[in-house]
Amino acid sequence: MANVFTRMGDWVNERAPGMMPAYRKHMTEYYAPKNFNLWYYFGSLALLVLVNQIVTGIFLTMNYKTSAAEAFASVEYIMRDVEWGWLIRYMHSTGASLFFVVVFLHMFRGLMYGSYKKPRELVWLLGMLIFLVLMAEAFMGYVLPWGNMSFWGAKVIISLFGTIPVIGGTLVEWIMGDYLPADATLNRFFALHVIALPLVLLLLVVLHIAALHEVGSNNPDGVEIKKGPKGNRWDALKPADGIPFHPYYTVKDLVGVGFFLLIAAFIIFFAPTFGGWFLEHDNFIPANNLVTPSHIKPVWYFTPFYAILRMIPSFFGTAVWGVLAMFGAIALLFALPWIDAGKVKSVRYRGTGFKVALGLFAASFILLGAVGAGVTAEVIPEWFGDVDVTFWENLFGRLMTLIYFGYFVFLWLYTRRGWETTRPVPERVTTHD
Amino acid sequence: MTKRQLLMKHILLSITLALGLLAGSTQVLASEGGPELPSAGVNLRDQASLQRGARLFFNYCVGCHSLKFQRYSRIAEDLGLTEKEVMDNLDFTGAKFGEPVISHMPEDAAKQWFGKAPPDLSLEVRAKTADWVYGYLNSFYLDPSRPVGWNNTVFPNASMPFPLWELQGVQTAVRKPGSEDVEKLELSRPGRMTPAQYQQAARDLTNFLAYVSEPAALQRHAYGIWVILFLAFFTLLAYALKKEYWKDVH
Repeated sequence: MANVFTRMGDWVNERAPGMMPAYRKHMTEYYAPKNFNLWYYFGSLALLVLVNQIVTGIFLTMNYKTSAAEAFASVEYIMRDVEWGWLIRYMHSTGASLFFVVVFLHMFRGLMYGSYKKPRELVWLLGMLIFLVLMAEAFMGYVLPWGNMSFWGAKVIISLFGTIPVIGGTLVEWIMGDYLPADATLNRFFALHVIALPLVLLLLVVLHIAALHEVGSNNPDGVEIKKGPKGNRWDALKPADGIPFHPYYTVKDLVGVGFFLLIAAFIIFFAPTFGGWFLEHDNFIPANNLVTPSHIKPVWYFTPFYAILRMIPSFFGTAVWGVLAMFGAIALLFALPWIDAGKVKSVRYRGTGFKVALGLFAASFILLGAVGAGVTAEVIPEWFGDVDVTFWENLFGRLMTLIYFGYFVFLWLYTRRGWETTRPVPERVTTHD
Repeated sequence: MTKRQLLMKHILLSITLALGLLAGSTQVLASEGGPELPSAGVNLRDQASLQRGARLFFNYCVGCHSLKFQRYSRIAEDLGLTEKEVMDNLDFTGAKFGEPVISHMPEDAAKQWFGKAPPDLSLEVRAKTADWVYGYLNSFYLDPSRPVGWNNTVFPNASMPFPLWELQGVQTAVRKPGSEDVEKLELSRPGRMTPAQYQQAARDLTNFLAYVSEPAALQRHAYGIWVILFLAFFTLLAYALKKEYWKDVH
């Protein structure tokens, strides 16, 4: 038997001699720093969720009906009559939310340890592109069940393009293919959601990882192991602080996978709507252009950006400023490698100002999410009694928006005016498992 | 702290955070607007309650409301009933065993009678929550100013008459002094059931509608615990494997 496999291997190698070297380059001879901590699980977990979304998505398309008249009922058909359809659908819907949980944590890791800094700017840019495409992918997927929140969410988000001067109105009609989100909209969103965007996403993920493997992974100490001493147990010329990705990080990521699946399974089997956060109550009502849901709001992962949109008032007779601010909030993240001029990467050795600013930035993002999801509108009267809710919500939301954008302004000044006092970065990585 | 303690700390923290988020978020979303709702106490494992709820639904509700995503055969399968029991006791619409529950109410006529066609109730509990449905069933009161003579404190100016009045009796509104706002509801004429019995009936009906809104919940709960146990075992194995491999990393 073993002989057969060896011969099959030889047969392939003779015909594709580049395959084994590629495998070695990216797996057994990719030397990753040995000091990865908890924050380094989320990249591989994002890949896992992507595979889950594609596989469950394929099975969903087998029974989903792409038509405004049939979509809603076909989702219920999947939930009730398709064998294991409920599991496939919940894996897909829970996967969508967990995708963002994992990606947000993955991005925050980058902010903490300066993974966006030279020489990894390209890795960061490709990652940000993935994030952008992922948001489009999630938005269009959310429209497909054609529930009432799908419909009104689509209407609100698409109408954002209507604020663009001159061409806005025409653009909105062009996107929808109708005067309202309708059958034409649903069909094109389906095409984009199941074919176009997943292809782009996969390509970007390949490029993201390829770009990473060119420069090598960062680590919690922000030490460049390639610049450190050479020679490890496997290769005399490779970084002393590096260990082969396979098997060391494949088995370690397996622990992360197990733990992540435990949480995912808990949600899928015992709380698939997650109290209305992952699957919203109003989306169990079929799309109806005559009945507006009491609170139109996007799914939780869009709420921070949605809050920024809402908090910016319109002036000069146009509401385009909120839209600009919302997209600006993402554009600034793209520009982060050039905004932050600090030489030290890891938060461990950066100045106190950076630590405080990063904490405030993360808090503002979460609290903006609470504003966008309507949590503050709920909580303010509960905590403070009979007050002007809109006034206080706007005040709070604008303060958080200010902190969000303030982070980038602060970072620009902080790292250019010499305000930052950093601690010495060690020669070698410090801790490891 | 040793490495193991650190890992345990991470795991415990993550679990606490996830559970806290879950508990907190459910509360925030469930309390969206309207009066405070008592808990419906849904329990899908209480098959007797589901059966009583089904009986109530097919005696009092199916005249106007459909469950277009629910098949009679599925009710039999999930509620522990035989085909004969379902066809004899529940199927008053003349549908075949494998067909969904469709009311005979003509939609156009219903619109004329009530101003709005009675909604399909297949997903009512998922759309409105079980507590809302339970509260709604408890909150009808006599209101001569409304076209059908009934009003509801949970869903003000609902256009639905109250078919369960013969069970609950007739409630009337006690208004706040000098205001139109309803302060509380009073039972002005008792029905066939005591208040406690009626609350149980409303609970059963809500329970049945909760089941109908997601029959898969029965399967979810049955399989979930085994999946979790398997994954816990898998994670433990993976952790042991990782430790073995990482022994030589210094």
